Amino acid sequence: MIAVIDYGVGNLFSIKSSFARIGADVVLTSEEKTIRNADRIMLPGVGAFRDAAAKLKETGLGELVRTELKKGKPVMGICLGMQLLFEKSYEYGEHEGLGILHGEVVPMRGYIDPRLKVPHIGWDSIHIEKPSRLLKYCKEGDYVYYVHSYFASKCQDSVIATSEYDKALTAAVEKDNVFGCQFHPEKSGEVGLNVLRAFCEMK
Amino acid sequence: MITKRIIPCLYTKGGRVVKSGNGEPLQGVPTPVALARKYSDGGADELVFCDSTALTEGRTTFTETLKEVARSVFIPLTVGGGIRRTADFEHVLACGADKVSVNTGALNNPSLVEEAAKKYGDQCVVVSVDVRRVQGEFRVFTDRGKTDTGLNAVEWIRRCVGNGAGEVMVNSLDTDGERKGFDIELLQAVCKAVKVPVVASGGAGSIEDFVRLFQEIPDIDGGLAASVFHFGEIDIGVLKERLSQNKIHVRK
Repeated sequence: MIAVIDYGVGNLFSIKSSFARIGADVVLTSEEKTIRNADRIMLPGVGAFRDAAAKLKETGLGELVRTELKKGKPVMGICLGMQLLFEKSYEYGEHEGLGILHGEVVPMRGYIDPRLKVPHIGWDSIHIEKPSRLLKYCKEGDYVYYVHSYFASKCQDSVIATSEYDKALTAAVEKDNVFGCQFHPEKSGEVGLNVLRAFCEMK
Repeated sequence: MITKRIIPCLYTKGGRVVKSGNGEPLQGVPTPVALARKYSDGGADELVFCDSTALTEGRTTFTETLKEVARSVFIPLTVGGGIRRTADFEHVLACGADKVSVNTGALNNPSLVEEAAKKYGDQCVVVSVDVRRVQGEFRVFTDRGKTDTGLNAVEWIRRCVGNGAGEVMVNSLDTDGERKGFDIELLQAVCKAVKVPVVASGGAGSIEDFVRLFQEIPDIDGGLAASVFHFGEIDIGVLKERLSQNKIHVRK
């Protein structure tokens, strides 16, 4: 069973539907017991980093994810959920993340060509940086759907794919049993469903 | 780079696909769910659902249709029709919409766009505007093009974006239904005025119309159409192939 952590950040309808579509057993939950009993954990998230990080802290769910991760359970973050896995974010100030992955989350503005629109929103292609388990069903140039204004940086040890806006932006990460993608697999058609399939097969 | 988007629009009523202008059911067109699946499988980049009865008399039917579509199609969904309050945003988002488009609701309630953008994020708020020329000026119309609000369309769009709208859908009433191409002049004016994504609507009759749209306005983000897709006059796969041959970046 996959526990999708429901901590009041963003809409989980599509994530639930995507897992259902690929035949995965999924539950949306914030219950410690259910999360402990799950085989895999997904950390979703849409919205502001600071609020989401605060919620993970005050509910103890962040600590729980860390504990389960240490037991070897596969954990995957999506979009803001992925960003939260890093050490810190510079979204409106400086905020601490879960610190599970090395790296920080920084604004696109100031990094990319100022003429480009921010948020980076829409379909973009991925460039595979190195072989991974998460993207085992994906290929170079596959299109995925993005909605974000910040991206993970200084994460050379975990980045497995990037998308080129005018410079490379982190698309997906993997390190041991930690996985993440900046794009929305639940909105990326068949390519996205394949990313979720790969996660469901993680041992 | 982000690709240009091809967006089929489904006007629905009572769980059926209808004609945009008069709301008459379209004969020989599949159910909204079957059509949505067909488009998603065929390479559409996003789907727009518009139902004038979405939040009033048709609320239950529409909710069921939307949920069923959202359960079976894994591309972005934009939903519009009768959105008046932030609670309406809440409702359609909970049913699986990713973006919500407001038209009359934004005109009647000046704080709606700002409130919704603060609550759900700019990316979620799409302002849809019906525009017609009146004595050489682009004016905002409501009531399916019957009422002239007297507002200058470009000014209105600029104001909505200033209040947090993350995308603009521009429907030209002058070209809508004519099938002679998009309203390039209007769309150029809008693209010049705002820095958020702009989607063109009204006038698509052939593949060439899409090619021309993206060639003449490099800043435009997407092209929307309804009946040319519903009746199979334009196949999305063929359209994207042609766009690609013309060096227009699309998802294939």
